[in-house]
Amino acid sequence: MAGCKSFFGYPITPQTEISAYMAKRMPKEGGVFLQAESEIAAVNMVLGAAAAGVRTMTSSSSPGISLKSEGISYIAGSDLPCVIINVQRGGPGLGGIQPSQADYWQATRALGHGDFHVLVYAPASVQEMVDLVIEAFDRADEYRMPAMLLADGMLGQMMEPVTFPEVKKNVPDKPWATNGHQGKRDHNVANSLFLSPGDLHSKVVRRFEKYKEIEQKLPKAETYKTEDADIIVTAYGAAARIARSAVNMARKEGIKAGLIRPVTLYPFPKEIIRKHTENAKEILCVEMSMGQMVEDVRLSVECKKPVRFYGKTGGLIPEPAEVFEQIKRIEKRIGGAY
Amino acid sequence: MTAVFDRPKSMRDVTMHYCPGCTHGIVHRLICEVIDEMGIEGNTVGVCPVGCSVMAYDYFNCDMIEAPHGRAPAVATGVKRSLPDRFVFTYQGDGDLAAIGTAETVHAAARGENITVIFINNTTYGMTGGQMAPTTLPGQVTQTSPYGRDTAVQGYPIRVCEMLATLDGVALAERVSADCFANVKKAKKAIAKAFGNQKEKRGFSIVEVLSTCPTNWGLSPVEALERLRKDCIPYYPLGIYKDVTQGGE
Amino acid sequence: MQKKEKVLPHGGDAPYKKEILLAGFGGQGVLFAGKVLTYCGLLAGKEVSWLPSYGPEMRGGTANCSVCISDDPIGSPLVTKPDLFICMNGPSFDKFIDSVVPGGTVFIDETLVTQEVSRTDVTVYSIPAAALAAENNLSGMSNMILLGKFFKESAEETEMFSMETVKGALEKCVPSTKTHLIEVNIRAIELGRKK
Repeated sequence: MAGCKSFFGYPITPQTEISAYMAKRMPKEGGVFLQAESEIAAVNMVLGAAAAGVRTMTSSSSPGISLKSEGISYIAGSDLPCVIINVQRGGPGLGGIQPSQADYWQATRALGHGDFHVLVYAPASVQEMVDLVIEAFDRADEYRMPAMLLADGMLGQMMEPVTFPEVKKNVPDKPWATNGHQGKRDHNVANSLFLSPGDLHSKVVRRFEKYKEIEQKLPKAETYKTEDADIIVTAYGAAARIARSAVNMARKEGIKAGLIRPVTLYPFPKEIIRKHTENAKEILCVEMSMGQMVEDVRLSVECKKPVRFYGKTGGLIPEPAEVFEQIKRIEKRIGGAY
Repeated sequence: MTAVFDRPKSMRDVTMHYCPGCTHGIVHRLICEVIDEMGIEGNTVGVCPVGCSVMAYDYFNCDMIEAPHGRAPAVATGVKRSLPDRFVFTYQGDGDLAAIGTAETVHAAARGENITVIFINNTTYGMTGGQMAPTTLPGQVTQTSPYGRDTAVQGYPIRVCEMLATLDGVALAERVSADCFANVKKAKKAIAKAFGNQKEKRGFSIVEVLSTCPTNWGLSPVEALERLRKDCIPYYPLGIYKDVTQGGE
Repeated sequence: MQKKEKVLPHGGDAPYKKEILLAGFGGQGVLFAGKVLTYCGLLAGKEVSWLPSYGPEMRGGTANCSVCISDDPIGSPLVTKPDLFICMNGPSFDKFIDSVVPGGTVFIDETLVTQEVSRTDVTVYSIPAAALAAENNLSGMSNMILLGKFFKESAEETEMFSMETVKGALEKCVPSTKTHLIEVNIRAIELGRKK
């Protein structure tokens, strides 16, 4: 749909649904599906395909993403675009196979060695998985960098109605591609090695200038009933769906609760969060982890407001009623204070 | 005046960083000659390894990609699958291909990826200063086998061509040597065959070139070539281990 | 068991909002039955979600799935307090019976669930689905027999689970290479509807 020409995968639960779908779909679209011998090989096949100038992707789940991080760093260091999907499961180590959001730090901070970012999108519905894959390919090409969809086992395995957009054909020209110069230009090199410290410095600095523009232009978040909210819940992905249910429960009982759901995790929607929490009294961050995004939320409000955390990890999914309980507790506290 | 010897067109006019007496330059030149003779420079993508030839992308005029250590066959797979009509080759050393990249090598071969792998076997890690490689000979002294490779402790060397020749996806597995004029001529023939196999879509081709590393072997260039003949060739016999164009194999 | 009052108690403000939990062993067709319900909702123009949960093994382990059907966008797709619980084995009964909302409805395959329902605040329908499947040459179709019972008890309340919609849903759920199975599924549903 997004003009993706190749998919390189390796089986791991709970993302096998994506591989199975691509194995069926790609040959019909004249594309390539290849099951690699390892996550490492798969991501390096993506590196090769990206360098060749085609739209390419891979998907995996948490332990597999750790293996891919080598390749992701090289892809970022070679300024190549691609899309990587992480259907998160519980960790560390082999962890579990149930839904989790424990890879937020990895996705936004540590997807490989070196000074770099990847674009990170957090879908919260099956429809958004589709829409954000397209967005991720477009932005990855525009900024010549990897883009990740940070999903979880819940989104990876659930079924919901989806509308597929028109097949897209306008993939931009890639004059930098190593696809054979045909005698028409000097040779292109896709490379992340710069042995002179000065060269490497300026290369990385240029990349960070690009990130500055990205941080201006691309942050995206959905806000829900935040206008008059005293308590604002922040959550992404599946946790945001649970939080949304909890916000509805709170509203029903007359508690002014709202939700901010970051859609981009890098760039993090700091400004949106700051603005929409201006009149709020407390913030509650809900995650399926021990609390990772909560740090970015605190930075966004510059620690000027209390940011509480509620989460479950290991594959346990917080229930709307539990989150509602947390909201009620906060309401009780701030109700007394005002 | 007629020029009888010149730099191949597909070789860039830059000074190489290789040590005196190193055979990398010879093998680079052979690849370039083959590319020139086939007229495929504009249609070729090369993949460099991590190792002494990490910067080979500066020496070839065709498009080049620098791969992570050991991953060149996977990167080449990504290129070839995306652009099946391009000629794709990897250029890898023994540490890159036979240690950290064993899985990528074996599986690209097993899949019959229609690519050419040029494998430089000099029995040591050159770039990092001469450590023991998977191909280091029994008894060979290196920085990390200072008392000589003891097979009871450090295991045995890997004979890559023999191993890969057992795989159905392999079209050509041939070991050549860069030690003398006659062998260099044979090496070029093997490289040409490997690129020809891509054209004919025959599958995975590997040409293993026994090479020298005078610096890390602690020998003069001439002594190094002698050692290659005396020690390396007997352990790694030259020849064709598999060639689908020759019946029977 | 006699029908007591309306089968699908409405929850929340939404005009229609059902949270359904289907549970049993892997291999019983629990996930498939959930898909059929989901498609019924989809064909009726509702917001729907289907979320499976199962162990790493493909057969024999525990399996359950959450189905939400609503007029409003669905928040959490995970059903923890089902309005409707379709229960196909004993362990699932023990695990989930107390999570059903007061006023909720439970459908039980009494061939495999031998426990008594002690709760008095839920409506219970119990049929020997697995035994019926065995008797009627419908092996592996106890899921559809139990669904048939559910469709019958829900027909009065909503068109969503009319045979016409159910047939449409089955056409969506059964792979195009196995269309002959649609008829068998319908036979099983009809059998359940008669009970």
